[in-house]
Amino acid sequence: MNHLLILPLLIPFAAGVGLLLAGRLSLRAQRWIGGVATAALILVAIRLLGIAAQGEISVYLIGDWPAPFGIVLVLDRLAALMLLTSALLAGGALAYAIGGADRAGQGFHALFQFQLLGLNGAFLTGDLFYLFVFFEILLLASYSLLLHGGGAERTRSALHYVVLNLVGSSLFLIGVGLIYSATGTLNLADLGGALARLDEDARPIAAAGGMILVAVFGLKAAALPLHFWLPHAYSAATAAVAALFAIMTKVGIYAMVRVLGMVFGHGEGMLADLFAPWLLGAAILTLAGGTFGAVASSDLREMVAYLVIVSVGTLLVGLALGTGEALSGTLYYLVHSTLVTGGMFLVADLIARGRRQGAAIVVGERPPRAGLLALLFLIGGVALVGMPPLSGLVGKVMILLAAQESPWMPWLWAAILTSSLFVLVRLSRTGITLLWSGEPRPGASPAASALIAPAALLLAMSPLMVAFGGWLTGYTEAAAAQVIDGRGYIEAVLNQRPASPLRPTSPL
Amino acid sequence: MSIGWIILLPLFGALAAPLVAGRTKAASAWAAAAATGTALAVALSNAPAVFAGETVQLFIQWIPAIGLDLGLRLDGLAFVFVLLILAIGLLVILYASYYLPPEDPKGRFFSLLLLFQTAMLGIVMADNLLMLLVFWELTSLTSFLLVGYDPSKKAARRGARIALVVTGSGGLALLAGFLLLGHVVGSYRLADVLAAGELVRGHDLYVPILLLILLGAFTKSAQFPFHFWLPGAMAAPTPVSAYLHSATMVKAGVFLLARFHPTLAGTEIWFYLVGGIGLTTLLFGAYTALFKHDLKGLLAYSTISHLGLITLLFGLGTPLGAVAGLFHIMNHAIFKGSLFMAAGIIDHETGTRDMRRINGLWKYMPYTATLAMVAASAMAGVPLLNGFLSKEMFFDQTLHFDLLRGLDWLLPAAATLAGALAVAYSLRFIHDVFFNGEPTDLPRTPHEPPRWMRIPVEILVAICLLVGIFPQQTVRPFLDLGATSMLGSLPAYDLAIWHGLSLPLLMSVLALAAGGLIYAARHWLFATHDRLLPRSSGEATFDHAAALLLSTSHRIMRWVDNRSLQRYAVWLVVVVLVLTAAPLVMHGWTMDGGLAGEPIDGVSLMAAALVVAAAIGTVVVAGRKRLLALILTSVVGLVVSLTFIHFSAPDLALTQLSVEVVTTMLLLLVLYLLPLGEIRPTPRWRKMRDLGLATLAGLGTAALAFAMMTRGYEPISRYFLDFAKPHGGGTNVVNVILVDFRGFDTWGEITVLGIAAAGIYAMLRGLRLKAPTHGIDGRPWSQDAHPLILAMISRPLLPLALLVAVYILLRGHNQPGGGFIAGLVAGTALILQQLASGQRWTGERMRLGYFALIGVGLALAAGTGLVALIFGRPFLTSAFTHLHLPVIGEVELASAMAFDLGVFLVVVGTVMLILENLGKLTSGHTQTPPVQPGEER
Amino acid sequence: MAGLLALVIGLLVGCGVYLLLRARTFSVILGIVLISYATNLFLFAAGRLVTNQAPLIGAGPPYADPLPQALVLTAIVIGFAMTAFVAVLALRARGEFGSDRVDGEPREDGP
Repeated sequence: MNHLLILPLLIPFAAGVGLLLAGRLSLRAQRWIGGVATAALILVAIRLLGIAAQGEISVYLIGDWPAPFGIVLVLDRLAALMLLTSALLAGGALAYAIGGADRAGQGFHALFQFQLLGLNGAFLTGDLFYLFVFFEILLLASYSLLLHGGGAERTRSALHYVVLNLVGSSLFLIGVGLIYSATGTLNLADLGGALARLDEDARPIAAAGGMILVAVFGLKAAALPLHFWLPHAYSAATAAVAALFAIMTKVGIYAMVRVLGMVFGHGEGMLADLFAPWLLGAAILTLAGGTFGAVASSDLREMVAYLVIVSVGTLLVGLALGTGEALSGTLYYLVHSTLVTGGMFLVADLIARGRRQGAAIVVGERPPRAGLLALLFLIGGVALVGMPPLSGLVGKVMILLAAQESPWMPWLWAAILTSSLFVLVRLSRTGITLLWSGEPRPGASPAASALIAPAALLLAMSPLMVAFGGWLTGYTEAAAAQVIDGRGYIEAVLNQRPASPLRPTSPL
Repeated sequence: MSIGWIILLPLFGALAAPLVAGRTKAASAWAAAAATGTALAVALSNAPAVFAGETVQLFIQWIPAIGLDLGLRLDGLAFVFVLLILAIGLLVILYASYYLPPEDPKGRFFSLLLLFQTAMLGIVMADNLLMLLVFWELTSLTSFLLVGYDPSKKAARRGARIALVVTGSGGLALLAGFLLLGHVVGSYRLADVLAAGELVRGHDLYVPILLLILLGAFTKSAQFPFHFWLPGAMAAPTPVSAYLHSATMVKAGVFLLARFHPTLAGTEIWFYLVGGIGLTTLLFGAYTALFKHDLKGLLAYSTISHLGLITLLFGLGTPLGAVAGLFHIMNHAIFKGSLFMAAGIIDHETGTRDMRRINGLWKYMPYTATLAMVAASAMAGVPLLNGFLSKEMFFDQTLHFDLLRGLDWLLPAAATLAGALAVAYSLRFIHDVFFNGEPTDLPRTPHEPPRWMRIPVEILVAICLLVGIFPQQTVRPFLDLGATSMLGSLPAYDLAIWHGLSLPLLMSVLALAAGGLIYAARHWLFATHDRLLPRSSGEATFDHAAALLLSTSHRIMRWVDNRSLQRYAVWLVVVVLVLTAAPLVMHGWTMDGGLAGEPIDGVSLMAAALVVAAAIGTVVVAGRKRLLALILTSVVGLVVSLTFIHFSAPDLALTQLSVEVVTTMLLLLVLYLLPLGEIRPTPRWRKMRDLGLATLAGLGTAALAFAMMTRGYEPISRYFLDFAKPHGGGTNVVNVILVDFRGFDTWGEITVLGIAAAGIYAMLRGLRLKAPTHGIDGRPWSQDAHPLILAMISRPLLPLALLVAVYILLRGHNQPGGGFIAGLVAGTALILQQLASGQRWTGERMRLGYFALIGVGLALAAGTGLVALIFGRPFLTSAFTHLHLPVIGEVELASAMAFDLGVFLVVVGTVMLILENLGKLTSGHTQTPPVQPGEER
Repeated sequence: MAGLLALVIGLLVGCGVYLLLRARTFSVILGIVLISYATNLFLFAAGRLVTNQAPLIGAGPPYADPLPQALVLTAIVIGFAMTAFVAVLALRARGEFGSDRVDGEPREDGP
């Protein structure tokens, strides 16, 4: 067993606890702890990606109890990709926060680390109930991060966000209950087999459980019509937090891939193709809703928030199609949209800092260093619209190609391309209004390079994802294949022997 | 040299230009010129191969997943265009370095110009459909930046935006078209696509493919009705117009027609669509050009019209038509480029472009005037100039065409009319600007431009003449080259100036004469035009569409999202109901699994009745008598814990019970601080709706619960029961699961507690609430903060409670209990102490900060887990020994218990922290300091 | 017995949902509390219902399924943390926009 697998959990945990314990530390020291921890996390994530890229699935038996009885951490290509994506995003967000936003309230850095703990756990866990626990960790942390800085707007959107998610948590438990009651197990690998073997009579129960999980994950992913919490929350949150939240919706998508795609999709029959039509409908709804929302937005941060929803819609399309090709596109697009929307939240904040009108899309003052900001905005915009030569195009094309086989093809293409067109119309106008129009504000202090750098770095990922597109798409294809035929995962988990020879591997 | 350099060099130039901009005034121009020149040299170095008829290729695999490869090809067609792009590029660079104001650093300009050049070269050289698309969109983006080069001009911003949106959306269509085409052909390699003409034209998807690709081509080449972005783009600096809007970008669309001629052309729909659009654009553009008072406006519309002419030629679908189209692409690039430059000079010298003000410039700049007049005559199609030749070929084509049956006369007639209009606006350009009286109030007095600024114009005009007089010797080889590679074989055609007295010649003469007449009658025409024709421009339509999109979206969003949590929650409930019901309804299910449970006994029945009463009671009074509602809720909680006891879950019962106590205390405090605000009564229909939803949700859950409980299953739990004692060292299986088998759950759970504590602390920090002096029901609160009796009772109670807590903690592993329950007991006792005696009393006796408590607890829990790593065991692996203690007796001292101790500490810390800080808000000394920026905890 | 418990669970969910859809924070909190009771019972019921078979080794088999019990225990704890959080958040909300409405200042509710 490779102890490296536990590090993505221990690092943020240790940092978070340390920050709680050493409450009296100076902000500077807190920043150091947070920064070092996050940097370490990125390195570990890169290492883990290297391991996963070789194709074998690493399993870690916590407490040395064998699956399916104990709790396992599993590292496959998908998990590794998610880990690295969130770590990179976190790096950018934290760097931006250290620029000053972390002063605005209590315990930012501790909460930030706990947020990462929840994210990493959700990606690594091989246990359905444990997925719930990590969801709670990352949600609770996100509640507080959302409130960071205070103010009526944040409080209201947080209240909505929290209440809806509390209901979501209850639903999650009900779903777990239903699935456990039918299969008698919680381990994802074990579930895969058990669900496939399930007898006719018990299937509807498991199906109902699965459907409830669809709703839960849909809520996390902000799929229409469960998206309401997102736009207000994200546009109200501090920029750094909003940037970090770019991964939150993707956790929902990830959970769908893992639980609905791999676990339920493992066998044939009713359970396997239960979700596709619903996801497809949700996908088109979400695309439409996000697009209209983005067009209607009167504030850049709100617009970016709606663009997050658009990306979720695109991802749902790939998810619903369910083929390896589609899933590969989904994963690529997931990484792309996470990093780019994250960067765009930062850009929006940089613009807002330089204008008395903030991020409101009205002709007003031109922020200082408008040229540089315009360049960043252009990169982010092009990537989000999905125009060449940036990553948005690659991901979009992958999904369009995958849709060619589907009977829904014309609808899906129309939805995706029309959405791109509308977003293009609106974004071009927005960029011009904010960065090309108006007079520079006299005596406005230009945004510090320390703040611009994180945004630039996040956006720079987009061209990199194209430059190394061959390798990356190869990786996502392999990851998708690994998920779709769950056998490798199941065997790896169930055959993992405990470290201690004395440990029994099955009941008497 | 590798043809890759043809693209790379301009790219390097684009990077270099801004870097060297600082050096000297012309540095960036030199850099740009050097890059373009070398690229041209590389292209020419490949000329022998290309003229030998081979296709020079470059292939690097890039992203196989989407079939995107770095594929470049230099065949005849590409070669001709490459020469055009680079040669004119050089002239434009030279021209621009004088046109741009000296104070302009120029670095950015040339960088963008070269980026555009790179993209344009990419389009013509791409050997892969997606590659072509990438470069295609890049031209849209770079032209956006070039048109908007001076964002302070409103016209520039607007023109740039419209151009981007129109061409960009065309690009999206093109993307779809290419993907379909590649799907049909089974490859994105251009060679394969060009070879698969039969297959494609026969395929069901041919029409959609054609439509989508044409959409791309027509938007780019400013065909009616997408033409309107081009006049708007005239806000660009004139060098940009001379380059993008005459020679290159607008030609990308017609290049596409040429490129895919073998694959897509030759069907009826192709003829009617491409030919029809082309013809319309030809006439529309020529007509509108006549009425433009802006010099560049006139040129823009004439460009539109000429592009229409080219499109029409390709639309005919005949080999000769295609040849003529290719020929006119070259000619138009040359004379229109020079005309734009001339217009730029005039603008530059006079400070205006309004032809009603610039007149009689002949006196001031005879030399430029001559050049402009020659170029304009080429545009009009005057003999001995290049424009004449391609126009003759066009006329000739229109004659030998018989797809329209009876209407065959229509095409020649229309062609002649268009020719006449062209003559008219060319005449206007010449006469209005250079003669026609004196200039009227010009900003500055014009004179000849600097020597070097004229050179590009001279070169282009010279070419107009050379090609016009010696076509065979000059343009023929290139035309043959391009035509051959475009069509595969070279059709016989004749480039002579004099074919004898032929019908086309007659048409030309007619056109010239008619053109003269039209120009003579212009004043009358202007009047009628202004009177009769409404000002409906495509631009207005565009704005209208954009506005419509905006308003629609606003309406939709207002309708969907009213920022009310209730609305959101309703959606959530509805979605869950639908999703859960769907599989059950669709696949059919039997609720009763038939597993016989135990019979209902009286006690349970009473308990159930109690819950029903309490729950419904809560709902009824929740809005008004909140205290009562709270009490009723906790009654429910109590019965729930009884249920746990009844169904053999003592640990759950204890936990539920202790949580109940703490939660109730907490909610009491909240209640105290949360006065009943005024509120609008809920409309009846909404109460009904909510009631309905609630009922459905309830019934659904009940049904599922019942179905679940009445079915058998095979749980993994036997493992836990078998090994809890031998391997977990405890007899209380639930507790062993919590601290050992699934200790990770508990680890996560206490982490949640820690985060909650941190979050709540952060929320309460700096929150000031005025504690009400009167209770909800108006009775004044007792002013006695810490009643004596309570203190007297609670003080001796405290050690007792703590003892109990320790006992519960220790026995937890074997008997119901454990760190969590113990923690809650201790925490409750301490809080009771607090309420009784106030913080100061407890505070003095509780030195340790709560966060320290929580932190230590978490660290302890994780620490016990980490110890295992030292022994090479995974995280949280437990170990245990037996131990005999007095009173408590036999105890397994398991490492898991240290873990449980951690749990205990975290729980105590959390409970204390939450309740105390809430308490602070209520009690007298409530002053929690406001948060200072940068303050640390 | 199963039927009875199922009905109780259903009722709690129903009441919880109704309260959840109210406009006052306190009602919503109570609604969430009720729902979480129901959820815990539901998850518990996933281990089926048996009496006098507490999973304490020594009493002798058969034993109740201990796993759901452990899960519920965790769920209860997390539920407590969440309730506490949302309760304090309600206070915060009152402090920020001085009202106990979930939507802040009273506003028109659409269809």
